[in-house]
Amino acid sequence: MPWRDIWRKFVNYFMFSLTGICALVTVGVLFFILGYLVWNGGSSLSWAFLTHLPTPVGEPGGGMANAIVGSAKLLLLASLIGIPIGFLGGVYLAEFGGRSFPFVVRYTADLLNGVPSIVMGIFAYTIVVLPMKHFSAFAGGLALGVMMIPIAVRSTEEALRTVPLMLREGALALGASKWKTIATVVVPAARKGIVTGIILDIARVAGETAPLLFTAFSNRFWSPGWNQPTASLPVMVFTYAISPYEDWHRQAWAAGLVLLTLVLVANVAAKLSVSGRSAR
Amino acid sequence: MAADGVKMRVSGLDFYYGPKQTLFDVNLQIVTNRITALIGPSGCGKSTFLRTLNRMYETVPHARAEGEILFDNEDLLTMDPVALRRRVGMVFQRPNPFPKSIFDNIAYGLRVNGTYRGAALQEKVEKSLRRAALWDEVKDQLHKSAYALSGGQQQRLCIARALAVDPEVLLLDEPCSALDPIATAKIEELLYSLQDQCTQVIVTHNMQQAARVADLTGFFLLGKLIEFNKTEIVFKTPAKKETEDYITGRFG
Repeated sequence: MPWRDIWRKFVNYFMFSLTGICALVTVGVLFFILGYLVWNGGSSLSWAFLTHLPTPVGEPGGGMANAIVGSAKLLLLASLIGIPIGFLGGVYLAEFGGRSFPFVVRYTADLLNGVPSIVMGIFAYTIVVLPMKHFSAFAGGLALGVMMIPIAVRSTEEALRTVPLMLREGALALGASKWKTIATVVVPAARKGIVTGIILDIARVAGETAPLLFTAFSNRFWSPGWNQPTASLPVMVFTYAISPYEDWHRQAWAAGLVLLTLVLVANVAAKLSVSGRSAR
Repeated sequence: MAADGVKMRVSGLDFYYGPKQTLFDVNLQIVTNRITALIGPSGCGKSTFLRTLNRMYETVPHARAEGEILFDNEDLLTMDPVALRRRVGMVFQRPNPFPKSIFDNIAYGLRVNGTYRGAALQEKVEKSLRRAALWDEVKDQLHKSAYALSGGQQQRLCIARALAVDPEVLLLDEPCSALDPIATAKIEELLYSLQDQCTQVIVTHNMQQAARVADLTGFFLLGKLIEFNKTEIVFKTPAKKETEDYITGRFG
C-alpha cells in the first residue's frame, strides 16, 4: 500500500477515535461527578440529613433540613418573579411587536443571560440588602428571579413559535380577539414546551451560589418568614466544603448529592414531559 | 337575482402585499344563500380575494386592501375585524382543529362569543355537528381529542365549528385539497345541503367541484377577475377566451 494511503487511513482512524473520545468524556464527566458525590457523600446521606438542623462543630449527626427548605423558599420567590415576567415577555416577542423592538428585547435578553451571576448578586444586594440593612430570602429570591427571566423569555418564545399559523387563523376566524386566541389556543398548544423550559430554568438557578452569598446569606437555624438570612443548599455546600472539619466535608458532599439529584430529576421530568404523547 | 339578494358587494378592490399589487380592480357581488365558486390557476389571487372578505389578510404584515366591500350595506374594510369574523366564518385548506376535544372545538366560537352556556351549549354543539353530518360518527367520543379523527372528519369538524356561531357567510379556502375523493364527496354534499342556510364562497382548484356545487363562478387570472357569471354559463359558454382556455385545460 502506498504511504499516502496508509497516512490517509491513519488520519481517518485517528480523527474518528479523537471525536469518539471527546464524546465519551462529555458523558463520562457527569457520571464521574455523580459517582464521586455518591462515594463521598452517600454515607452521610440519611433520613436525619434531610430532616434535621445542622449540629455544632464536633457533634455528630445533624442535617441540612433548613437549607433544603431555604432553597425551596428561594426558588419559589425566584419563580414568582422570573416566570410571570419571562412568560409574558416571551408571549410579547412571539405574538406582538413590530420589527425593531422585539429585536432589541431578544438581544437584551441574551445579554442578560450572559451577565455573571455574581453581578446579579451585587444588584440584589444594592437594591434590597443595603436599604433593608440585613440579608433576606427576598434579596436572594430577587437575584435568582432576575436570572430566570432571560431563559423563560426565550424558551416561551421558541415554544409559541412552533404553534402553526393555521391554528391561530382558526381561532381568529371564529371571532376571537388576538389576546383570546393566544390565551385559549396558542398557549395551550405550546404548553408542554413552555413548562419544560421553565422546569429547566428553575433547575438551572437551583444550583446558583454566587448570587446568594451576599443576598440570602446563610443560616444555621430555621429561617422564620421571608425577611431573614436564609440557608440554601449551594451556599451550604460552599460553607461546609471550605471549613477545616472532616465531617463537614462529608456533609458538603451529601448536600451536593441532594442538589444534583434534584436538578437531574427536574431535567429528566422535563425531557419526559416533552417526549410524552403530545396532543397533536 | 333581486338587488336585495346581494350579501356582499365588492367594487374596485385592489390588494397589495407591501409594494406588490396582487388584486386589480375586482368587482363582484356575492349573492345571498348561493354558493359562489372562485377558480383560477395558483397565484391568481383567488385565495387573497377570499381573505379580504373576512379581513384574514391582516395577519400578514404590510398587506392592505383598497376599494369598497359592502357587507349588508356596511363598509366591511373599516368594520371591527373581530365583529366581522363572528358573522363571516372560514374553513381553511388543511383541517385545523384545535388540540382540544371534539366538543371543545365546536364550543370554541360559542364560548368566545359568550352566547351559550350549560345545556344550551351542549344542544348547540350537537346541532352544529348534525348540520355538518358528523354527529353520528362522533356522538360517543365528544371528549376525545379532535386529532383522533380522520382528515375528512377533521375538515367536517372545522365546518361544524364555523357553523356553530351561525355565520351569515361561510368562506371555504380549497377545503378539499387535502382530502381523498370520498371525503371530498361528503364535504360537497354538505355544502350543497347548507346552501339555504348561509351564503358560501368557495375557492377551488378543482373545476369539476366548482361545476358540481356552485351557482355562480368567478374566474381569476393574474389578480384580475376575468369572468363572473352563472356557473353553467362560465363552463359552457364562457365570454372570454382566457376562461375557455383555462376550463378546457389549455393552461393552468
